[in-house]
Amino acid sequence: MNARGVVGVFGYLDDAVRALTELKRRGYTQLTVYSPVPRHELDAVLAKKESPVRLFTLIGGLAGVSFGFFYAIATSLDWPLVVGGKPIVSLPPFVVIGFETTILLGALVTVAGMLLNARLPKLGRSPGYDKRFSNDKIGIVAFGGPSQLEGAREVLRDAGAEEVKDV
Amino acid sequence: MAALAAPLTDLPEPTYAEVNRDIVATLAPPTRNWLLGMGLVVLGVAFGGFCWAYQLKDGLGVTGYTPPIFWGSYITTFVFWVGIAHSGTLISAILLLFRAAWRTAVYRAAEAMTVFAVMTAGLFPILHLGRAWFFYWVLPYPNFRGVWSNFRSPLVWDVFAISTYLTVSATFLFMGLVPDVAAVRDMAAGWRKKVYGIVSLGWKNSDREWQHFGRMYLFLAALATPLVLSVHSVVSWDFAMSIVPGWHATIFAPYFVAGAIFSGCGMVITILVPLRKALHLERYIQVKHFESLAKLCLVTSTIVAYAYGTEFFMAWYGGNSIERATFYNRAFGPYWWATWTMLTCNAFIPLLLWFKRIRTNLKALFIISIFINIGMWFERFVIIVTSLSHEYEPWQWAYYLPRWPELGIVLGSFCWFSMWFLLFIRFFPVVAIAEVKEALPPPMRGGHR
Repeated sequence: MNARGVVGVFGYLDDAVRALTELKRRGYTQLTVYSPVPRHELDAVLAKKESPVRLFTLIGGLAGVSFGFFYAIATSLDWPLVVGGKPIVSLPPFVVIGFETTILLGALVTVAGMLLNARLPKLGRSPGYDKRFSNDKIGIVAFGGPSQLEGAREVLRDAGAEEVKDV
Repeated sequence: MAALAAPLTDLPEPTYAEVNRDIVATLAPPTRNWLLGMGLVVLGVAFGGFCWAYQLKDGLGVTGYTPPIFWGSYITTFVFWVGIAHSGTLISAILLLFRAAWRTAVYRAAEAMTVFAVMTAGLFPILHLGRAWFFYWVLPYPNFRGVWSNFRSPLVWDVFAISTYLTVSATFLFMGLVPDVAAVRDMAAGWRKKVYGIVSLGWKNSDREWQHFGRMYLFLAALATPLVLSVHSVVSWDFAMSIVPGWHATIFAPYFVAGAIFSGCGMVITILVPLRKALHLERYIQVKHFESLAKLCLVTSTIVAYAYGTEFFMAWYGGNSIERATFYNRAFGPYWWATWTMLTCNAFIPLLLWFKRIRTNLKALFIISIFINIGMWFERFVIIVTSLSHEYEPWQWAYYLPRWPELGIVLGSFCWFSMWFLLFIRFFPVVAIAEVKEALPPPMRGGHR
């Protein structure tokens, strides 16, 4: 079977950063980095766009506040019952309901946004993943055609990868 | 999140692999002490269940309720457990936003405590009902009676606040666990590997996952922060929105929030001292972490003591004779013992925390934290019962003491909480693996490791 990619296993962050920088410099675009913890040094090289999760939070929050006020107002109007001489639509107490539903939907939609963008839950295998990557090693996977993979192997080895293998 | 990086320990810093090894080791097969503890708490839960069954069979007459005191030990314990929950969110969310690095070692335990405390609190409004099987009437849903919940009632606000809090704090706990469960999965074998694989959602530590996870975690913290402040404010409004003397005060919301964080930090210390020893986590949960918790206790204790003082001052200075009589009665009436227990445990004993020698002595801290737990239960008892016992009309004045079925249920609630916590530490990492590693210097060929 032809290899689709090549993975380098690194024990040191600075080695991994060097390899990633070189791969980016040589024009590799299909790269995946596995690391036991998020590191800003790696993020800086990958230079990704801002995560769209914040938009999900905003949409969830706005949907929540609208739903909370709508629910309290609509149900009060559906069965108009004067309580304590207050108006049927009493906005100040409904703020509490609107606030709680803002947080509730804001949080749940934020999680949904993360799952959607991070493509979780993930049922299949992740090419190049190794269980050491949740422990103490960093993995860099480069994908591409046969000639690109040869170049990637060289870069990973030169940067100090402890192990380089095809995936 | 790299800004969180700060020296984690006074002991030699562990390597990434040691963090995984040490924390996953806490999930080893149960020890005899764990089984013994579990057996005891299950017995306690069973006794609580028996007491509730007895109450359901014979009605609320088996409690000590004496007109007009129909809010007693159940509502006291409800507020107590909601309060306990608060420090978990403070430590996991608010301290994250404040970039307090020391939280990494203790936040998982505090967050789990939050979820189980809200689960326990949520039982009490139902236990408190005469016809518990109709508890769902408070929920706003279309029904054949054609009526909806009264959204002007603080009790309905409470339903929204507590259920939102339970959902969001459980989501926060679960999502925070995902990378750690993946680490456990990678060190497990057989059926455990499969189960942890499902719970970890197939998490693989990829750059794409970390990027979106980091944003999500930050926004969840940002949402949980106002939520935690709102929840105990809403709980306080269960009282403050009424015109009962001793309840009708604008100070109630901040007073309750400070008290909640105070009691929660006390409970975190009560839990972490034995947990650290039992799971051999001395390298991760260090004395300096306890000292930080003790400082939080001290700060919130002084706020609570100030609130007590303000309440008494306003009762005297406000010129309302009913309010003044209520507070005089609170301090020197038939419930003097409860009030002075509250003041001693919450305002005076925590003053010992001004001394560093005490803040860094775990035995002393453990004992003080027990006093805080007792004091904060009594605070709610004092607010609820003494106020109801001494309302406007002298012919209404009454005296209430909880009877054994109530005390059995309160005891059962502690066992119920402990049961969930014991199960949690048996199956999930009680110290956050990824975040502890994040706070350590990374392995570098050119430097520090």
